[in-house]
Amino acid sequence: MKILTVCGMGIGTSILLKMNTEKALKALGASADVEASDIGSARGAARTVDIVLISHDLAEQLGDVPAKVIEIQNFLSVDEISQKLAPEV
Amino acid sequence: MDLLDALKSIETGQHATNWREAIRLAGKGLVESGATTDEYTDEMIEAVEQNGPYIVIAPGLALAHSRPSPAVLRAGLSWVGLTEPVEFGHATNDPVRLIIGLAALDHDAHLEVMSTLALALSDETRFERLLGATSPGEVRALLAESAGN
Repeated sequence: MKILTVCGMGIGTSILLKMNTEKALKALGASADVEASDIGSARGAARTVDIVLISHDLAEQLGDVPAKVIEIQNFLSVDEISQKLAPEV
Repeated sequence: MDLLDALKSIETGQHATNWREAIRLAGKGLVESGATTDEYTDEMIEAVEQNGPYIVIAPGLALAHSRPSPAVLRAGLSWVGLTEPVEFGHATNDPVRLIIGLAALDHDAHLEVMSTLALALSDETRFERLLGATSPGEVRALLAESAGN
């Protein structure tokens, strides 16, 4: 399974989200490749992944992609990420 | 580079009347510590104008940043604690009490710092104490405590 974490620039929030997603996967006993991306390249990158984790504002910019798009509100909350990922992994 | 080395500027008890002013304070910290030029501050504001307030990544916390650019002289972080919170226009995480400014030279070099920061902020009790910290010394002590765990 591949997961893409997305932010505007690909250096700040998406990296934090990637780290906390890896923690969430560990807590769920699941494994996946997690990559961080900026919104500019996310549309292309989203074609090759199963799940996209993204904020609400940027989800509107991303539009329709083949991957499952999950909106995250608190990027620091491993609990929120775990709960939203649990049905998918 | 560890988090406390990267965090060259810590200001608490600051005042801003809107999100642009709040980001400017974070930019000022980066400029004064030699991490960026003034252009980077403008770039951080433009990032929010273009992409929306997604940088408010958790309740009360904005991670202000733009992409690596000539305006970044070296990697660094700045910390601005506000006395009165400001609205960034985020649906769930407003109002903002803490702005962390981030400048990076490339996409990978600052991973260690981000990892330490994520760890420090992931504990809810410590996060609340960091948001309410009233002196730079208190912030440093709380971050050092987290790094030692």
